[in-house]
Amino acid sequence: MSNTSISELLQSQVQQAAKEGRALNIVGAGSKSFLGRYSSGARLDVSKHCGIIEYDPRELVITARAGTPLQEIEQTLADNKQMLAFEPPHFGENATLGGTIAAGLSGPRRPYAGAARDFVLGCKLLNGKGEIMQFGGQVMKNVAGYDVSRLMAGAYGTLGVMLELSLKVLPRPAATVTLFNECSEADAIQFMSGLLSKALPVDASCYYKGQSYVRISGSEQSVIEAQKRLLGERLSQRSYFWQRLREHELSFFNSDKPLWRIMVKPATASLPIDGEWLLDWGGGQRWLYSDADASTIRNIVQQHGGHVSLFRGGDRNSDVFQPLAKSMQLLQQRIKTSFDPDSLFNPGRMYAEI
Amino acid sequence: MIGEADKSNPRDQLIQAFQQLLPDEAVLTEAEDLRPFECDGLSVYRRLPMVVVLPETVAQVQTIMRLCFDAKVPVVARGAGTGLSGGALPLEDGVLLSLAKFRQILNVDPDNAMATVQPGVRNLAISEAVASHGLYYAPDPSSQIACTIGGNVAENSGGVHCLKYGLTVHNILQLKIVTVDGELLTIGSETLDSPGYDLLALMTGSEGMLGIIVEVTVKLLATPERAQVVLAAFDDVTRAGEAVGAIIAAGIIPAGLEMMDKLAIQAAEDFAHAGYPRDAEAILLCELDGSNAEVSEQIMIVRDVLKQSGATEVRTAKDEAERQLFWKGRKSAFPAVGRISPDYYCMDGTIPRRQLPKVLAYMSELSNEYGLAVANVFHAGDGNLHPLILFDANKPGELERTEEFGRKILEFCVDVGGTITGEHGVGMEKIDQMCVQFQSAALSQFHAIKAAFDPEGLLNPGKAVPTLHRCAEFGAMHVHNGELAHPELERF
Repeated sequence: MSNTSISELLQSQVQQAAKEGRALNIVGAGSKSFLGRYSSGARLDVSKHCGIIEYDPRELVITARAGTPLQEIEQTLADNKQMLAFEPPHFGENATLGGTIAAGLSGPRRPYAGAARDFVLGCKLLNGKGEIMQFGGQVMKNVAGYDVSRLMAGAYGTLGVMLELSLKVLPRPAATVTLFNECSEADAIQFMSGLLSKALPVDASCYYKGQSYVRISGSEQSVIEAQKRLLGERLSQRSYFWQRLREHELSFFNSDKPLWRIMVKPATASLPIDGEWLLDWGGGQRWLYSDADASTIRNIVQQHGGHVSLFRGGDRNSDVFQPLAKSMQLLQQRIKTSFDPDSLFNPGRMYAEI
Repeated sequence: MIGEADKSNPRDQLIQAFQQLLPDEAVLTEAEDLRPFECDGLSVYRRLPMVVVLPETVAQVQTIMRLCFDAKVPVVARGAGTGLSGGALPLEDGVLLSLAKFRQILNVDPDNAMATVQPGVRNLAISEAVASHGLYYAPDPSSQIACTIGGNVAENSGGVHCLKYGLTVHNILQLKIVTVDGELLTIGSETLDSPGYDLLALMTGSEGMLGIIVEVTVKLLATPERAQVVLAAFDDVTRAGEAVGAIIAAGIIPAGLEMMDKLAIQAAEDFAHAGYPRDAEAILLCELDGSNAEVSEQIMIVRDVLKQSGATEVRTAKDEAERQLFWKGRKSAFPAVGRISPDYYCMDGTIPRRQLPKVLAYMSELSNEYGLAVANVFHAGDGNLHPLILFDANKPGELERTEEFGRKILEFCVDVGGTITGEHGVGMEKIDQMCVQFQSAALSQFHAIKAAFDPEGLLNPGKAVPTLHRCAEFGAMHVHNGELAHPELERF
């Protein structure tokens, strides 16, 4: 576990790039380089800027440099019976905290506990002028100034170089059980969305290949009681099912086709697109391998009030994320410019114009 | 007073345009009609706006914004006016845009656990409207009977349940806003995330500086099977503070974890007869919710932790009526303090919890120095302090001394790693303390973000984010830790 600050070096590299008008490609471990659009630019390596700066379990907050390995953070939290409740996917053993927040990805617990952005409390940021700025802080409640820290989640590094992050953490549940059940997709959608209005300690649910899966977590006794109220067979803990789902290591994900990530309201009925489907987040996040072309998929998803991104594979020079309406696109461009006036950071990674 | 309408006077032209757009009673210009809008919940700041408009459709809001944009007239949006930082303080040369007529619940979608409402819907009315589906809206600021969801979004309101259930930002999905030039934009979506930057986070808590909120889609939660509250008394405030950390260290996230000091306990007890121990130096109220089994288990754990932390008395509410009574005392703490003092000033800093003893000691030092009593109510779980400074506005100079006392508390919160506002917002009140909390580069970034939404600076100008010049002037009279704030700026 190393603990080093290279913020001055990073600052001078950004200032130099700004002077020369040279684009930068911000990289931690590179575990998520498959996400987003292709981006040009000289490599700006943040991985040496690492180490946990402050962690007091009683405060429920951890502060670490952006290059800190996610694994190190999760291990430190686990040693204190705590966790990152948004259950972030790693997509590689060296995944860093900075990349995790920049990609803004969350795992199976997301609909029940919140997303990556929900746990961001503070951020030290290096902007496109080479200035270091601190936003938010290490406290849960803070409404001083605009919430710039959360804005970094899912911005794919296009607004600045995150140097340090403070995240809210939560206790790990004392007990966890997963139940699985054979059912149709329509029944699974109804079942999973119905869980939202039931006071049950459910913290993950998904459906694929004719089986629904639901995870119950909480105190020993509450897990035992909830099991009585939900149908299904117990899944062995040793299958690491949710971890494999989170990391896209289930057999479902063994495909060379492009992988689409489709976001809809959880109770939305099955979408009329041929292909292989896996419904996660209680039906709110759906994974699809399909031979249908991009515009067909986009149109159908939009008709159902959702949006879609090309998660893995496919043409990464085209639109990977759902295109924005013109006025929204212009607003987002102005926000980008407010942080990074010379478009140094990860140009084109999210959208061609950003 | 307005004179004869003058067609060449831009102000009169604008008012005439409003009168053509809206019914007569929805355009207010006479001083007596403007009076109810002169302040929000922070009534020490008062100012009459040029005109108040009360539209009732989104299209009307769009037209109003276009008219104001063309005339370069500033606009201050207002919900129920319960805010505590002067965020809805009008501008003399500006339009006060009231969203009070937007009172409809547009859609309740129990299948997806969400509801779409207009901004003037009261916070509590949402939970009441969805209760029959076994759902509720979690954030519960203490003004929830009166405050509206639009204002909650603008302030990122919290409440006693935020440690477990989050702030407004964690409980909304989508907003519709009207931009400064009258365009209707959708921010966020009905799904769990949206393409592009997370503007929902940016809008929440932006204090009316970035756009006018005209529709809000909130996330709903299943009503817990059971809620129970434990009351613990302590003969030492520090021990009570340590007990809070010990509960969390035991792996429990209470639904609410509130602390009150002696003065607050006594005032609340006299007011609400909640059965609080009057001789205690501090009490903790710890609410646990969830399944029946989970709550039972957690009560046992919490009781043990409290006793081990030196509580002199630990009581579990014996029934729902007593639970409500325990909370009634806490929720009436502000009005209760209002009864024992002619005036009080409510502060709102957040600190890392471990700093509580230090901050309380500093406050009691200041209390002696200024000769002003302080009652403390504290969202202890998330470190959000509400010191209430007792004063008498009729005594010359006492308000000024109270404000100075309050400023020192907030600046100390920053010193110990906290923030100047946990949930009430910066507004007008804490604008100078922003200079203490943020460096120039961060403040400039805030201004640049505002300009991305509002290039002419017409939305609630002068609030929430101070200009660098204001900070330079503030810094000149206020040397912090021996260092001049914003040293790079010229002094004048």
